[in-house]
Amino acid sequence: MKEVNLVLGVIGADVHAIGNKILEYALTNAGFKVHNLGVMVSQEEFVKAALETDAKAVLVSSLYGHGEIDCRGLKEKFIEAGLDDVLLYVGGNLVVGKQDFTEVERKFKAMGFDRVFPPGTMPEEAIQALKEDLGLM
Amino acid sequence: MTLGLFLDIGSTYTKGRVVELERGELVASAKAYTTVETDVTLGINDCLLELSRQGIKEKYDIKLASSSAAGGLRMVAVGLVRDLTTEAAKKAALTAGARVEKTYSYELTPEDLDEILALNPDIILLAGGTDGGNKKYLLENAKKLSRLKIKGTILVAGNRSAATEVAGILEGKVDFRIAPNVLPDLNTLNIEPVQNLIRQIFLEKIVEAKGLKKAEKIVDKVMMPTPLAVLKGAELLAQKIGELILIDVGGATTDVHSVAKGLPTSSGVSLKGLPEPYAKRTVEGDLGLRRTVKNVVEYGQEEFYNSGITSEQLNGYLEKIYRNPTYLPQTPREKEIEKALTRICVKTAMNRHAGRLEEIWTPAGKSFVQYGKDLTGVEALVGTGGPLVYAEEPEKVLAAGFFEENSPHILKPKKPELYLDTEYVLFAAGLLAENNREAGLKLLNSVKKL
Ligand code: B12
Repeated sequence: MKEVNLVLGVIGADVHAIGNKILEYALTNAGFKVHNLGVMVSQEEFVKAALETDAKAVLVSSLYGHGEIDCRGLKEKFIEAGLDDVLLYVGGNLVVGKQDFTEVERKFKAMGFDRVFPPGTMPEEAIQALKEDLGLM
Repeated sequence: MTLGLFLDIGSTYTKGRVVELERGELVASAKAYTTVETDVTLGINDCLLELSRQGIKEKYDIKLASSSAAGGLRMVAVGLVRDLTTEAAKKAALTAGARVEKTYSYELTPEDLDEILALNPDIILLAGGTDGGNKKYLLENAKKLSRLKIKGTILVAGNRSAATEVAGILEGKVDFRIAPNVLPDLNTLNIEPVQNLIRQIFLEKIVEAKGLKKAEKIVDKVMMPTPLAVLKGAELLAQKIGELILIDVGGATTDVHSVAKGLPTSSGVSLKGLPEPYAKRTVEGDLGLRRTVKNVVEYGQEEFYNSGITSEQLNGYLEKIYRNPTYLPQTPREKEIEKALTRICVKTAMNRHAGRLEEIWTPAGKSFVQYGKDLTGVEALVGTGGPLVYAEEPEKVLAAGFFEENSPHILKPKKPELYLDTEYVLFAAGLLAENNREAGLKLLNSVKKL
């Protein structure tokens, strides 16, 4: 597989680090070049990192329930930076409590995310989705 | 007795230091006006004459020089994102001892290109993209630069995957070198190869271009830019006294060096931003006691108020130094004003050099993010350069660089010991250490603890 850059990070004031580390590990093993920004990552940091690394996809995590506010406007910033083509994925515990996931998915897709993943998603599902979307099959 | 001669060919003065190499002892000092515009050897010979008047008759075993004359090593840095590859390139240039005239990000505009031509830098450091990352901007900027009549050298230190293509673009059009990427990935700053190449270009090309080659009729070699010699001196001093901060207030700029890791000192702090070089140098081009003194006055109104200096007194003094930039304070009041100005430079430069903590409110309470170096625990603060060394109360001037309770988010040193490079030996130690580290270390005994 030719080198594919990915950017990874937990958005906003969120400090949940464990899932992020597991994703980094799994995606690296799957052959991607992962640029992990860690926790507490701002929207601007995602945009800048994607630009420098020529990322093909950006995987945003949000665990602490404030995903909706933190992610709003991210896609617009990517468009401003000329990064319209970069895939945007989001996952984790995106909203507070147990809301209906189809509704959550609709909301985040309307915000410009290409894929939205429910709580407890295994890394393999993310890898599978990336391979499909990036034509790496 | 084996003697070494060390020369700092500066923009105004050429300074000489004679060191007895076995004991690493400073035995004589001299200074003369620099004459690089006519023939640099004239000033050097004046310096040697003065040393022989002081009784130094022996022949020197080594004769080494550094230089900041003829504008110093002048660079511009070009990157992609301002706080990523542009910042990495700027850091590399500064720690190589360069004067960074300007930095540019994203695609160079026609105005940027005009400005670069006018600045006529010795080296253009061209970065952009992590390895395997963005190539577009690096290639585009290389193309634009290749169409200019550039006299300096383009040093390419961007995305490895684009290096061959960039070389193809520049080949036959401008003088260029290719270095490994200064930011191979977002968490790795790789400045050493870039520094080495900058030094190589300095030795091979810039020494000649600036009329310094003639100096090598007298000295063995013009080794490096003076700021690099000082940084090397500071690194050596840190091996002796531990992590340190070095500050140098000059007529046009204030330099701060920190030789320290700068990792967070309190728990629960996450580091953000680019990694920091262990030996870091920043230069504040708007903070100086003569050419740039206008800004200094603006930044530090309260300092004058606290020292009881009236605006008439201040303006009177400023008049004098505008008319005669080499004027030195005479009366107690003038010394008081000069001290206040120096304090403002120290404080402002330290505020910019030190890292900072940003408070972030999370659902679970307060959390902290650190940008830059945490210097709160650094135990040595060293002053060098005329204004600090000749200050009446140097300890009070240096104290302007301390941590402040009312701005606790700026991570300045809390209670460092104070030192002064009274004999101006740091550059000489830096030069000497290149081939005799032990002697260089001993020479640093002349750095005095206050
Ligand atoms: C450990 C933990 C903490 C630790 C975190 C330590 C650390 N440094 O990581 C601490 C104690 C600090 C903490 C604090 C808080 N926590 Co907490 N925490 C947890 C806990 C128990 C486990 C999280 C974890 O590590 N899971 C294991 C990893 C592997 O799973 P993961 O993070 O979900 O990630 C996986 C997948 O989701 C997926 N994934 C994640 N992101 C993405 C992105 C994409 C694109 C894709 C494809 C996949 C994907 O891949 C990962 C690997 O499989 C969970 C409950 C739980 N059982 O999940 C609560 C939980 C996440 N926390 C919660 C809360 C509310 C908080 C606090 C607000 C509590 C408070 N008021 O103090 C604070 C917030 C602090 C902050 N600023 O972020 C809530 C969130 C509620 C919500 N979203 O509705 C949870 C769900 C507990 C609960 N049921 O109420 N927490």
